[in-house]
Amino acid sequence: MEHTVSLRIDGVDQEVSVDTRTTLLDALRERVGNTSPKKGCDHGQCGSCTVLLDGRRHLTCLALAVAYDGAEIVTASGLAGEGDDGELHPVQQAFLAHDGYQCGYCTPGQVCSAVGVIDEAKRGQPSHVTDDLEADIDLDDDEIRERMSGNLCRCGAYVGILDAVREAAAR
Amino acid sequence: MTARPFEARSMGTALDRVDGREKVTGRATYAVEHDADLDEAPLHAWLVTSTTASGRVLRVDAAEALAHPHVVTVLDHTNAPRLADTEDRELAVLQDDRIGFRGQIVAVVLAETSEAAREGARLVRVHQEAADASVSLDGAETYAPEEANGGFEAATDQGDFDAAWAAAPVQLEQTYSTPLEFNNPMEPHAATALWRDGSLTLWDSTQAVHGVASTLAPMLGISQDRVRVQAPYIGGGFGSKGLPHGPEMAVALAARWADGRPVKLAVTRQQMFGLTGYRTRTVSHLRIGAEPDGRITALEHAAVGQSSAVKEFVEQTAVPARMMYAASSLRTSHRVAALDVAVPSWMRAPGEMPGMFALEVAMDDLAEATGIDPIELRERNEPEVDPETGNPYNNRRLVECLHRGADLFGWQDRPAEPRATLDGDWWVGTGVASATYPASFAPGNTARIIALDGGRYEVSIGAVDLGTGSRTVLLQIAADALGVDPEAIDLALADTDLPMATVAGGSSGTSSWGTAIAQTAQQFRADHGEHPDPGVETTTTTDGYPSTDHALHSFGAVFAEARVHRLTGEVRVPRLLGVYSVGRVINPMTARSQLLGGLTMGLSAALFEDAYQDPRFGHVVTQDLASYHVAAHADVRDLQVEWLDDVDELATPMGSRGIGEIGIVGTSAAILNAASHATGVRVRDLPATPDVFSS
Repeated sequence: MEHTVSLRIDGVDQEVSVDTRTTLLDALRERVGNTSPKKGCDHGQCGSCTVLLDGRRHLTCLALAVAYDGAEIVTASGLAGEGDDGELHPVQQAFLAHDGYQCGYCTPGQVCSAVGVIDEAKRGQPSHVTDDLEADIDLDDDEIRERMSGNLCRCGAYVGILDAVREAAAR
Repeated sequence: MTARPFEARSMGTALDRVDGREKVTGRATYAVEHDADLDEAPLHAWLVTSTTASGRVLRVDAAEALAHPHVVTVLDHTNAPRLADTEDRELAVLQDDRIGFRGQIVAVVLAETSEAAREGARLVRVHQEAADASVSLDGAETYAPEEANGGFEAATDQGDFDAAWAAAPVQLEQTYSTPLEFNNPMEPHAATALWRDGSLTLWDSTQAVHGVASTLAPMLGISQDRVRVQAPYIGGGFGSKGLPHGPEMAVALAARWADGRPVKLAVTRQQMFGLTGYRTRTVSHLRIGAEPDGRITALEHAAVGQSSAVKEFVEQTAVPARMMYAASSLRTSHRVAALDVAVPSWMRAPGEMPGMFALEVAMDDLAEATGIDPIELRERNEPEVDPETGNPYNNRRLVECLHRGADLFGWQDRPAEPRATLDGDWWVGTGVASATYPASFAPGNTARIIALDGGRYEVSIGAVDLGTGSRTVLLQIAADALGVDPEAIDLALADTDLPMATVAGGSSGTSSWGTAIAQTAQQFRADHGEHPDPGVETTTTTDGYPSTDHALHSFGAVFAEARVHRLTGEVRVPRLLGVYSVGRVINPMTARSQLLGGLTMGLSAALFEDAYQDPRFGHVVTQDLASYHVAAHADVRDLQVEWLDDVDELATPMGSRGIGEIGIVGTSAAILNAASHATGVRVRDLPATPDVFSS
């Protein structure tokens, strides 16, 4: 059964016709034509499909599109300016500077996740490795590794990703 | 002409990846992301797989599926397009009723939407007749294959092993094993296919566009020039995308059926555990006879592995033992069992990874048995010439790697005895292992160079960048070979419309394609000079690179620190260091990432990766990323790589050797050796899960 949902995707309002079974990921990839979020597992296990959904990082493969009428979605593509010269988000610049990727397939999800992580830390949200739940969050290496662990990278670019997130967080 | 060594200007510098912007924005287009290139909305394909391990398909009941809205058709062995050649049973998809393993493709659903295709696949009823199946290596009958993967002899025998073993004052006899491991690239195997006017166009997630075309075309009964394969971006492969597998044929057949309408197929993560290759389980029986001073006099590596009855694959596990250490008598062999299971294939460093795991843990066993420091033991067994061929080594710098690593790692502070350091609740230890990988070179690569306006050049070769950085590194090679800046080169890759290139695999890609580019550039200059007219071009194909009577291999030393919890047995690896001798490093940034990636995969194999099979049906039940664990970010702590200053112009005109695989070699052994040093518990089977230490 088809439904229409209103989504603001990378700054553009769109009416998207979806099946009730359509995930947000498939809505973006197959119905909108935005393939920036990637499908690595379709089960919420790899993080490749991460976007910013109403400002927070979210797995789009575990979200049914019909449940998100009116949502604002920012993909890794939307974090950057348009075209070949559009300005990159500081997190994206840091991924380039520290070679925080190889094949690039998990990368858009890593980038969105990193943007979310930096914001979560600023807002004082603790993680599994936060010792003092009252104090401001110090986004140190252990915190970054822990918070980025929902995004798998089989090329093994974690060392570069850590360096990139650390640098972007310090800006 | 053959290529000559040439001056490094861009080579050796950390040129930024040329495709970085596309990757960090997600605008790079992978195999099923080419809708914009299609003139019609594609059909979506979904695979239906067998649930019996052996037997035949009696009937595929598609009625319910066909009644589902937007399902277009269901193809099975009775109505799928016929192939001209069905000898390769892995690729002869939907050609007959035979079932060779659980998880085999038995039907393909085509629908207007992916949701309908997926639901349609659920609704297909496959009536199957089950036959007796042999699915476990334990107790299975094995046979001696004619050869092992890579064309290696299956068995070798030098000197008199039995006599040397019998006479050896120190005898070590142990068994080491590695489990089923799955490549699991982040991009699932996938393709978009279009059959039009008797020709097939594929956007494929493959490490070899020409390899896919040359394999599929004769099976489809069409000439190879009627198959065009493109692979602009590949989301990893690690060998599983090196050879075409069943899904590529399935989507090709679906496209042939849909004649004129494109079809997209993305294999699910779960289906990848049955359809896209994996590393077989390996069991290595080692016998090492040595003098009390640690010098090896007799070495036997007898490897037992598992293959598939559908198609043979023999992991060359015992091959590295043929050249690694000096031993006057040396015997190696492979035996495999042909089981009714999914078809194994390449996974990063086939042979070297499991073989060096066994040998390098065995070296630690020998160090313990003789009371000799593990580094000193390896030094005492350095061969003067290649033990297998008798040829001199060029650039065998294993001992330098070991020494440099020992300095960087602080090896001298290591307690000689195991179980010597308890830090809180954690036993702490360190370990070392050697790494090696041959300098592979594939002849027959063709490159084309065309002069453009304004001093620019178009350089073309069908090579695939599977994510490692080939697109950047080949640009550097082309620039230096032509004597221009990288900005002056337009590089075209990954399309069968371009000159023939061999697979991105076996750590052979940069060596083989780079040599073709260098040879063509040198011929271009000879033909057209330094200031060519726009439009002139040169194309050459490599026969090889000047042959040498030297043995050409890369080497490395991996150092690990392991902490093992005294109560739970949890293992952590706070430090991992690899020091390598790999010839010239063409791009230090991409090379570092590739070596770090290899170490990470080795760490993952050491601690996590293990696929559990159903004993009745042989399929993998841990068939996703929640139950088949790969290293996550928090598992990876302080990883470092370094390399020796090297140029090996006997290997390639660039002075480089391949680096894609050596990072995973020896890494698991170093970690298990460290865990044994920490706890005093020797572990000879991968992975080292907590239960091993907590009993």
